[in-house]
Amino acid sequence: MTEAATDTPVTADPVLAAKTENRVWKKFRSHKSAMIGGFLVLFFVIIALAAPILPIPEPSATDWGAVRKAPSWDHWMGTDEIGRDVMSRLIWGAQASLLAGVVSVGIAVLFGVPLGIVAGYFGGWTDAVISRCTEALLAVPFLILAIALAAFLGPSLTNAMIAIGISATPIFIRLTRGQVINIKSEDYVDSARAIGLSTPKILTRYIFPNVLPPILVQSTLTIATAIIAEASLSFLGLGQQPPAPSWGSMLNTAKNFLNQAPWMAMWPGLSIFFVVLGFNLLGDGLRDALDPREH
Amino acid sequence: MLAFLLRRILIAIPTIVIISIMVFALQHLLPGDPLLVLAGEERDPEVLEALREKYRLNDPIPVQYVAWVGNALQGDLGVSLRTNQPVTELMAEKLPVTIQLALMSMIFALVIGIPAGILSAVKKGTATDYVANVVALSGLSIPNFWLGIMLILLVSVKWQLLPASGYVPPSEDFWQSIRTMLMPSFVLGTALAATLMRHTRSSMIGVLSADYVRTARAKGLNERTVILKHALRNALTPIVTLSALLFGELVAGAVLTEQIFTIPGFGKLVVDAVFNRDYAVVQGIVLVTAVGFIFMNLFADAMYYVLNPRLRGQ
Repeated sequence: MTEAATDTPVTADPVLAAKTENRVWKKFRSHKSAMIGGFLVLFFVIIALAAPILPIPEPSATDWGAVRKAPSWDHWMGTDEIGRDVMSRLIWGAQASLLAGVVSVGIAVLFGVPLGIVAGYFGGWTDAVISRCTEALLAVPFLILAIALAAFLGPSLTNAMIAIGISATPIFIRLTRGQVINIKSEDYVDSARAIGLSTPKILTRYIFPNVLPPILVQSTLTIATAIIAEASLSFLGLGQQPPAPSWGSMLNTAKNFLNQAPWMAMWPGLSIFFVVLGFNLLGDGLRDALDPREH
Repeated sequence: MLAFLLRRILIAIPTIVIISIMVFALQHLLPGDPLLVLAGEERDPEVLEALREKYRLNDPIPVQYVAWVGNALQGDLGVSLRTNQPVTELMAEKLPVTIQLALMSMIFALVIGIPAGILSAVKKGTATDYVANVVALSGLSIPNFWLGIMLILLVSVKWQLLPASGYVPPSEDFWQSIRTMLMPSFVLGTALAATLMRHTRSSMIGVLSADYVRTARAKGLNERTVILKHALRNALTPIVTLSALLFGELVAGAVLTEQIFTIPGFGKLVVDAVFNRDYAVVQGIVLVTAVGFIFMNLFADAMYYVLNPRLRGQ
């Protein structure tokens, strides 16, 4: 996992907010590696979404006359041990990987952000209980927790996403809590309290919008971690189940045919590498663009 | 120092209690009656009842939890359903293998990560810095199980330089043991090196602009002495706090690395346990790893306290 997201400027003034937004976008656009990351992510998102309309064979269509064929004009990335087209499985596998990344981070944000806001805003016993639970979850290495949960929940892509989501939740609780503790003592929050706004209104109108930027950065970086985690779980047989394509399970099969069909291992690995690199570059770029200390 | 450590230990206790509740609760995630999983194919009501008594499943859940914790505190984490061996004994058997892998990986990580971090910080903003950063980010983005597979393909299958899998204990044949562990530890070490590099770089950048480094330069010391004697010593102190993070990465990385290179360690034990539905082993490993992580955190805090004179003065 890359470093945590950074502090961001907090503002309630709409004019200032628009100016900040402009400056952040300008800064992000001038960040070459972030743009490369963005293009990499966009490329994979497009191929994943376009999978059903691309002129490629069915991902589970077998061809016993073309078993473990090297890359050729007919099969650009070769075929696997039962004659399935590797490129087609790779493109369909992109759906599973991206879905796993986005859904599991979605679960983590959905639970982590509200819990973090509650812990940070209310403090006291609520904070103590949430924080101790967060520390307990963070004490179990991310992948070990995901493996254990996936093992107990049963092997499937959905359960892998739930397991990864639960494992990533404490990262968001801790980040949000820290942000809220900083924000809640700002003048504009004090003013909101002074004019008698209710706590739910303060939380949704003033606190929540200001914790969003660092959460956006952390989400991007955590999607990268979640994609590797899903590939790892599928590689171990705890994620997407065959014959549905996934990059991790393709690598699991490929390791048995390294000598005869090395292309079976090369393409899924490169795909994981590039999509994860894309999200990491994008996350790093977003962090730099949103970091007030960099201006 | 003692008061500082005591305070840290007191804070760690509730966390450990919550971890134990979480680990205990894991078996209740199993769909249906956990006993049917424990009993396997056996469905004889008498056997089921005997097992129910043995595992105290007729007791209320809080009573079951207290009994489980009581046993765990005495080193009894249950029995493996597959081998019938006590879980603690199984873990103790596998631990030396993973410790060897972890130590060798740390050597790779330190040798690559720290010099790369220093170089990147000293040459901040240059092509060297850019390349070092791209390499580090790539190290973080490469799935280590894929790197392992690719290395087996090149180094073992094509060039036939190192064995592709297996494990030889150092007591049996020291050099063969090192040869077998070289590739797995490189795979695991590169991921850690990337983390170390990024932290060393940011820590070094902070230190290089500190007053005492400026003073050292103003005194006319050569750049090498300034970097290695004055800056590095201070930059490495915060790196100590990474011990717990690196421990987590090592354990998680070992799961996949041991699986690829067929190393009979802690990581392989957890994967085998998952597939054999040996839930007591999975629970034991999660518990021990989490408690290990907390102790690494305590160690990091203590080391930071010892190394940081400002904290000691307080």
